[in-house]
Amino acid sequence: MRKFDTKVQHLKYKVLREVARLAWRDELLEHITDIPKTIVPGNEATMRCCIYKERAILSERVKLAMGGDRANPNVIEVIDIACDECPVGGYKVTDACRGCLAHRCEDVCRRGAISFDAAHVAHIDKTKCVECGQCAKVCPYGAIMDFKRPCERSCKVGAISMREDMAASINNDKCISCGACVYQCPFGAISDKSYILDTIDILKKSESNQKYKVYAVVAPSISSQFTYAKLGQVISGIKALGFHTVVEAALGADMVAYNEAAELAEKGFLTSSCCPAFVSYVQKAFPDLAPYVSHNLSPVGTISKYIKDTTPGAKIVFIGPCTAKKMEFQKPEVAPYIDSVITFEELQALFDSKDIDITSLGEDVLDNASYFGRIFARCGGLSDAVKEALKEQGIDNFDLKAVSCDGIEACRMALLKASKRVLDGNFIEGMACTGGCIGGAGCLTHGEKNKAEVDKYGREAHEKTIQDAIGVLNIH
Amino acid sequence: MKVTVCIGSSCHLKGSRQVVETLRRLIEENHLENKVEISGTFCLGQCQKGVCVTIGDTVYSVTPETTEDFFQTQILSKV
Repeated sequence: MRKFDTKVQHLKYKVLREVARLAWRDELLEHITDIPKTIVPGNEATMRCCIYKERAILSERVKLAMGGDRANPNVIEVIDIACDECPVGGYKVTDACRGCLAHRCEDVCRRGAISFDAAHVAHIDKTKCVECGQCAKVCPYGAIMDFKRPCERSCKVGAISMREDMAASINNDKCISCGACVYQCPFGAISDKSYILDTIDILKKSESNQKYKVYAVVAPSISSQFTYAKLGQVISGIKALGFHTVVEAALGADMVAYNEAAELAEKGFLTSSCCPAFVSYVQKAFPDLAPYVSHNLSPVGTISKYIKDTTPGAKIVFIGPCTAKKMEFQKPEVAPYIDSVITFEELQALFDSKDIDITSLGEDVLDNASYFGRIFARCGGLSDAVKEALKEQGIDNFDLKAVSCDGIEACRMALLKASKRVLDGNFIEGMACTGGCIGGAGCLTHGEKNKAEVDKYGREAHEKTIQDAIGVLNIH
Repeated sequence: MKVTVCIGSSCHLKGSRQVVETLRRLIEENHLENKVEISGTFCLGQCQKGVCVTIGDTVYSVTPETTEDFFQTQILSKV
């Protein structure tokens, strides 16, 4: 079964795997320069113009696998030499234009940007065109195409532009580290920094959890990942890497839903705080609404704080679908509780760096959270959980009107309305990725079935209500 | 006295919530709130013995059914 959606992910994975393999053996510094040749061994170029460029780019990928540019505060980076400098023309008429009579393109264009040459072929006047795309939609031949770069198109916050040398450039003041460009760039020229070395270091220095215990906190979207194995085998695999145990971030989600419901009823209007990319977006694009972001830590922050409070010395690694969590865990309010963050992609690389075939392992158990905590992984789940938490706490004088947004464009619409005080709702559930966390850039696979997998995992929870799941925690 | 109940996945499935609830009720009934402190921890590393409960350095194996007995012999008689 395929482990990754794209070959770009596979290439990134191979680099991570080799870096990790050497790190476990303490041989990284000695053999670091061998990694590109290990991955591209022959004399023939397989991906780029020549083998030397391929290896040069791989060297850059090795740097990112080792944490990237420490001077750059952003966890998302462009690999300049990997950027293919795609065309940037926007909408253009292609050779498929037949010079027809209908001229729908001309009729639909409100800017009068379309004209025709002697052969009746359409042309777009770029001084008038606003790139609305209407002409492309109405052309019966599909002859008008958008030549926008995939990275720019994927970046809904407008943080990506072109430098003079045509390579992509990220504006850190706008970037929310969601990773959309990382997943969309067909050349793999934009990547998230990796903290696998920090993770390996934490595990090694724990001396098999004798010096301190290392906890893996896993995001509920794990239920839609590693589908070539059973979830219980993934848990066994994580323990085989050297983790003391695995705890569900979804239990933190139960705690968040419970507290957020009370906060919402008290304040009257709130946005969620679970998605770090969404929170960052509110702070950067709608600073006036920032005070309305829930004051709860995110689910992983919440459960990690609980673990650190009850187990002195514990170290915590979050494993999830999210590149923005790599930014979140370095914020001062979260940094004391989370020691490292890796993605599902990186977890797969860690398994294989130790030659752990999870399909050959027994099934361990993962069960801390309720149905409601678990469905946080998909759009709408958080709102369902807050509704349930209001009910369980007997708060019946507050009428919840939730607006669930997935994807930054939907978030922008809701936030814009809220800023003008015309939003038909009192709670914004904001998720930067399409579909929610299951659409995260650090997922191995993205697909239609993932939402159903998350719901199924939710229904399998031992505890059926939020109070039952968190009741065990309030035991001080 | 500090009583720590394992609330890791394995013990959770074997009934840590019921154990905690029963202990909490018994502590209240016996007015021991100031003498006995209950806390939770994720996995004591002895999953086959679950539900694991520790007092000091000793790990006890408790089930929802044996919680009352455990309370009588290991907590009530020792505070």
